[in-house]
Amino acid sequence: MNFAESFRIALRALNANKARSILTMLGVVIGVAAVILLVGIGTGVQDEITGQVEGLGSNLLFIVPGQYGGGMGGDQAPPSRRFTLEDSDLLARRVPGVDAVVPVLQAGSTVKRGNRSVRVVVAAANEQGGEVFSGTLAGGRGYRKSEVQAAARVVAIGSTVRDTLFPGQDPVGKTVTLEGQRFMVVGYYESMGGGLAGDQDSQVYIPVTTAQRVFNLNYINTIVVKANDPARIEVVKADLRRVLTPRYGEEFTVFTQEQTLGLLSDLLGTLTYMLAGIAGISLLVGGIGIMNIMLVSVSERTREIGIRKAVGARTYDILSQFVIEAVGLSVLGGIIGISIGWGGAALMAKFTPVPTNVTPWAVATAFFFAAGVGVFFGVYPAWKASQLDPIVALRYE
Amino acid sequence: MPEVPGAEPRIVLETRDVGKQYKLDGVEVNALRGVSIAIHSGEMVSIMGPSGSGKSTLMHIVGLLDRPTTGQVILEGDDISNLSPNQLAELRNKYIGFVFQSFNLLARTSAQANVELPLVYAGVSGTDRARRATDALERVGLGNRMGHFSSQLSGGQQQRVAIARALVNNPSIVLADEPTGNLDSRSGIEVMAMLQDLNAQGITVVLVTHDDRIARHAERVIRVFDGRVQAEEIVQNRVLAAQELAALPAEEVAG
Ligand SMILES: Nc1ncnc2c1ncn2[C@@H]1O[C@H](COP(=O)(O)OP(=O)(O)OP(=O)(O)O)[C@@H](O)[C@H]1O
Ligand SMILES: [Mg+2]
Repeated sequence: MNFAESFRIALRALNANKARSILTMLGVVIGVAAVILLVGIGTGVQDEITGQVEGLGSNLLFIVPGQYGGGMGGDQAPPSRRFTLEDSDLLARRVPGVDAVVPVLQAGSTVKRGNRSVRVVVAAANEQGGEVFSGTLAGGRGYRKSEVQAAARVVAIGSTVRDTLFPGQDPVGKTVTLEGQRFMVVGYYESMGGGLAGDQDSQVYIPVTTAQRVFNLNYINTIVVKANDPARIEVVKADLRRVLTPRYGEEFTVFTQEQTLGLLSDLLGTLTYMLAGIAGISLLVGGIGIMNIMLVSVSERTREIGIRKAVGARTYDILSQFVIEAVGLSVLGGIIGISIGWGGAALMAKFTPVPTNVTPWAVATAFFFAAGVGVFFGVYPAWKASQLDPIVALRYE
Repeated sequence: MPEVPGAEPRIVLETRDVGKQYKLDGVEVNALRGVSIAIHSGEMVSIMGPSGSGKSTLMHIVGLLDRPTTGQVILEGDDISNLSPNQLAELRNKYIGFVFQSFNLLARTSAQANVELPLVYAGVSGTDRARRATDALERVGLGNRMGHFSSQLSGGQQQRVAIARALVNNPSIVLADEPTGNLDSRSGIEVMAMLQDLNAQGITVVLVTHDDRIARHAERVIRVFDGRVQAEEIVQNRVLAAQELAALPAEEVAG
């Protein structure tokens, strides 16, 4: 008997017991759908975050105080000394091949206008900040060099801030209050959507000099350097180290974009695998369901097996019939599960802020895993069926 | 009988001193105690005996469904004692057709598909299979019931489907264990007529029964008692089912 014949027999058996076949398949359907959906979410989030980091440009370097090892946090010492504006000025003067050196200071605060207020993240930089922050001006302008030098109280606001404080109005030229000081709005940004890397729409941008004054600080958090040639990024990195080492010794770290991305994708990759693992367990449970039903089916069909053997079915004819039945169930369940998971992921991407990305790799893995579950959990019942003694099987009531 | 008169007909199947023991809870049951019989090509033989005498056990061994505890079974000249289960399955498929008391058709399966079953395992291609199954069903007078499921057929019709299935792969021998046991008398006579008819066409038939009258449809009776062959005799007044059928009061003929 050939494979096509076994296949037909198996299909007929599944068809004869439709309700049971569907219920058995449901376990696999749910398992596979969960795998596809969760891995889709994991991959989508990973793509979005790395995309956002990459969107900043591959020629960025981030300098932070303190020593960071290759590990994922935990082993870093608290920064002993922080950077100041002097450091960024020094770098701007002494390091060749850079387009911008941007001192960055970030702080949480509240922006008020009249009786309205909104929580914001204040992102303070110099006039070159636009080179390293993503975001597109929807109206007005960013602050100027002269305003940075004068520590002017000017602010450009994110779209959430604008919508909250200036619903339906043009904010440019109006004033808001930040840390008790009056700031003039000079520009506002387009909405960037609720990104998972942080809500950039709730940010406000002010000159770093102004920020130091209103928050009463003399340091900055980070210095971001933009090299003019991504190919020379390692040279720029060495130059930055050369300039800063006499002042800070080893107490600072220069990250390139690549390193940051590496750390991020490691973390997010691990997360995706964890999601896949959890979903995989439900697939396993589905497989046990298949085995259970196949065992019931074998004992229910003992007489059929006896008849088939009496008229000449060999061991592997029976074995393949039942294995194909189990695999048919799991493969069909897999296909339905993939469709549901994929559809769910697409709907989720469309109607929720959660990004999803169903990769061919994930689909193929889920499919073959489902088929594998069918083989693995189908073989034992099928083997039991194939070993039945024809006489015993025929006598079975 | 398509044989040269006077010549000893070929032996299709033979048992030599076959014994079968069952162990039930440590107690040994001797179902067969040294049975030697020979079935010749083209004959119709009854194996007759009271309930529990070992007829079914013998038929299962002769049909290669079961193995003897002692002794040999020789099919078409070859000893089958040392064959694997798969080899036995292939021999059953090729040489033996079964008709059981309880029909043993596949449920929720058409008559056509039931009859095709031995051909499926013989590796016969789809179109050839359908043609041969149709022929076999027509031979048992069920050409108009091919698409019916077993559950949609009367007992007599089901048994005829089983006979068609037994015939379809041109076996050397058809083994029928109480083929009329589950049928009313009329259907029983019809089935017996069919078996006699097939035998007349050259097919070797072995009939297992406890009923003396049924047994006398054959040419020869082997009497079994308590696991032994008690006697073998040629049937003197062979019952011809076709005549019985004609003698029955007129009734709409099933099928
Ligand atoms: N699987 C078995 N296990 C144990 N004993 C068995 C088994 N099959 C048959 N026997 C015993 O072997 C003996 C012969 O049984 P068998 O079925 O061959 O009788 P039979 O002649 O066909 O009877 P009947 O006319 O009632 O069908 C009986 O005593 C029976 O109990
Ligand atoms: Mg019996």
